[in-house]
Amino acid sequence: MNVLAGGPVIPNFGSGSSCEQTNGWWCTDWLSAHWGDTLQPALVQHVELSLIAVGIGFAFSLVLALAGYRFRLLDPPIGVVADFLYTIPSLALFQLLVPLTGLTVTTVEIALVSYTLLILYRNIVAGLSGVPADALEAARGMGFTRLQTFVRVELPLAVPAIVAGLRIAVVSTISIATVAAFVIPQGLGRPIFIALNQDLFKTEILAAGGLAIALALVADGLLVLAQRALTPWSRA
Amino acid sequence: MIVADQFQPSTFVDAFRFIGDHGHLLLQKTGEHLELSLASLGIALVLALPLGLWLGHLRRGLFVALGVSSVGRALPSLVLIAFGLTVLGVGFWNNTAALTILAIPSILTNAYFGIAGVDRDVVEAARGMGLSERQILLRVELPLGLPLVLAGIRIATIFVLATATIAAIAGGGGLGEIIVNQASYGLEGVVGASFCVSALTLLAALLLGLVARAASPRHLSDT
Amino acid sequence: MPGDAAELVFDEATKRYGDGPPAVDRLSLTVPAGEICVLVGPSGGGKTTALKLVNRLIPLTSGDIRIDGRSIQEQNVTELRRGIGYVIQNVGLFPHQTVEANIGTVPRLYGRDRRWIHTRALELLELVGLDASYAKRYPSSLSGGERQRVGLARALAADPPLMLMDEPFGAIDPIVRARLQDEFLRLQQEVRKTVVFVTHDVDEAIKLGDRIAILRQGGRLAQYDTPETILGEPADEFVAEFVGADRALKALALRTLADLRLDDTTGEGPRAPSETTLRDALALLIAEHADRLVVTDGDGAPVGSVTRDDLLA
Repeated sequence: MNVLAGGPVIPNFGSGSSCEQTNGWWCTDWLSAHWGDTLQPALVQHVELSLIAVGIGFAFSLVLALAGYRFRLLDPPIGVVADFLYTIPSLALFQLLVPLTGLTVTTVEIALVSYTLLILYRNIVAGLSGVPADALEAARGMGFTRLQTFVRVELPLAVPAIVAGLRIAVVSTISIATVAAFVIPQGLGRPIFIALNQDLFKTEILAAGGLAIALALVADGLLVLAQRALTPWSRA
Repeated sequence: MIVADQFQPSTFVDAFRFIGDHGHLLLQKTGEHLELSLASLGIALVLALPLGLWLGHLRRGLFVALGVSSVGRALPSLVLIAFGLTVLGVGFWNNTAALTILAIPSILTNAYFGIAGVDRDVVEAARGMGLSERQILLRVELPLGLPLVLAGIRIATIFVLATATIAAIAGGGGLGEIIVNQASYGLEGVVGASFCVSALTLLAALLLGLVARAASPRHLSDT
Repeated sequence: MPGDAAELVFDEATKRYGDGPPAVDRLSLTVPAGEICVLVGPSGGGKTTALKLVNRLIPLTSGDIRIDGRSIQEQNVTELRRGIGYVIQNVGLFPHQTVEANIGTVPRLYGRDRRWIHTRALELLELVGLDASYAKRYPSSLSGGERQRVGLARALAADPPLMLMDEPFGAIDPIVRARLQDEFLRLQQEVRKTVVFVTHDVDEAIKLGDRIAILRQGGRLAQYDTPETILGEPADEFVAEFVGADRALKALALRTLADLRLDDTTGEGPRAPSETTLRDALALLIAEHADRLVVTDGDGAPVGSVTRDDLLA
């Protein structure tokens, strides 16, 4: 079952070491030999794909959230669309987009961005809505303009919810990006697919899969630290 | 696998025709899809729900609840399916195991926070009046924490239904089998099957949403 | 189901957390059956802790507590709690159940059926001054004062011999609080329960308590006496300071014009009914710059008078 878009890069078992020939669980010689040409590029591509997706997704969601927060009427429809996008299985969304935008990075990015919309939109709106009304009133009473209130009061207080949403979005994006290998030969999904096609080459699967998980956990951890750093008042 | 140049706007129409023509096949595949999904959800519920509820009642194990949730999110579905296949070989259990692992975090974490989040005064009053710990959980905390608990189950359900499509590459069958097999079923088949998955997921989401709505009547939304 | 009032005995009851100083330090006192004992003190004085020792929401470190001679340690904890009425500041009504269902919580644990509970709920609603229509309503639609009344009804439902009340009127506004206090006293006349009542409000303690226990920082008993004695003869400087420099005035609030011997003359001057406390009467005389107060009976007819000196005698 060849499900890969693009040919395999790894030569067959036959010419490999004894570990590879017996399909051992963890062939260190394969790992050191192919870190540079397989795993590292895949990792880098994966990070790139995810960052671009979250970056664009965040920008979009911010604009939409500001609109939905400012003009409450817009909130339900935007929410419904984002909800709907989320229920489409990633695999299916990728495939639906391919005829429109081809086997390109664009396709993948559109899909990844769509998935971040729900989480980020909802969290940003919730964060802004959760700002205590007394704080807002005090600001107005002190003479802040609308913009000043937003920048100095609402936004900082909404940061925890926003960062929490970012955290989920980043980790989900890293996770879904593994499926991108269905469409383009990029990301950590690719080595996994290749290995699946080669009678389940265990080392490669474990290595690529492990890297994906590790990447997600590291990103999560970093964002937790960022969250703590940005909200010193909640550490009390 | 995906041959893009075959696509025209008429493909959507073809997709519906595909659904019409292959009703029997789609029904069968939907059955497989549901079987896998429900089995995984069932096991996940049995494992995670009681644990989450009880930890929430004891208000202990917050670290566990949060940790499970964080780690759970970091597990790419594809990776788990691949691991499942690698470790357990092709069959029923490799995919079921993978999907169960994916379903557990939402169920566990939401059950915990749903129960732990119940107003402490209400719980203290119940305890002071002489309800046993079990009675407190079942008669007071669970009814009040139900919205969140059900939300977790709903998220897990959607997630499992969607991820079961990927399981096709590991022999999981289901609608995913059509989606990854453009060569056999044509692009209209792929689109058609995708519609089915979407519809299934939306339906499940709606149903569980209704259950959640029924479980949180208006008199509970506080002053 | 229980009934009648019980005698409560604290016997060197102590609660210590870890190695630190005790939260409750060798508390010993006896609350006779049918009396209201008010626990007062500064925050951190251990009064709420002492209360929760009784129904074992907080376990004893040493010492004992006995209800009608039986140690609380000997009884099964849930059975113990079912026999004690427990009212807390925020009430803790179950928001997902009607007022009636809330009231029926403990009777239901005892196996009473719905019909019995319905009757009992209506009975109790009347007792706490709420209309029967409240039975089918939900807590979220009630005001603070109404919730507190339902909380009281719920605590009384199984007719417990002992009631524990932890600042029940603390979250209520002053006007409603005064009314609830009066009604509580009226209720107590009818049902005569043994009550342990925690408050940080000295005036409330004086108004409600048959006896007052003052706990100082560190959970040690400073004085345990009737309100008159505490106001008239504070045991030490701490108690004197706690009840306030105006304790003499507070003491005046304990008696009414009906307690005095009136002069036969009436005539001019401000009027006050005989139930007026001496303190309020004095305040009235001061406000009116008057010397003599005319006392009236229930129908408003003058029955005698008192002078300022009579009040202060």
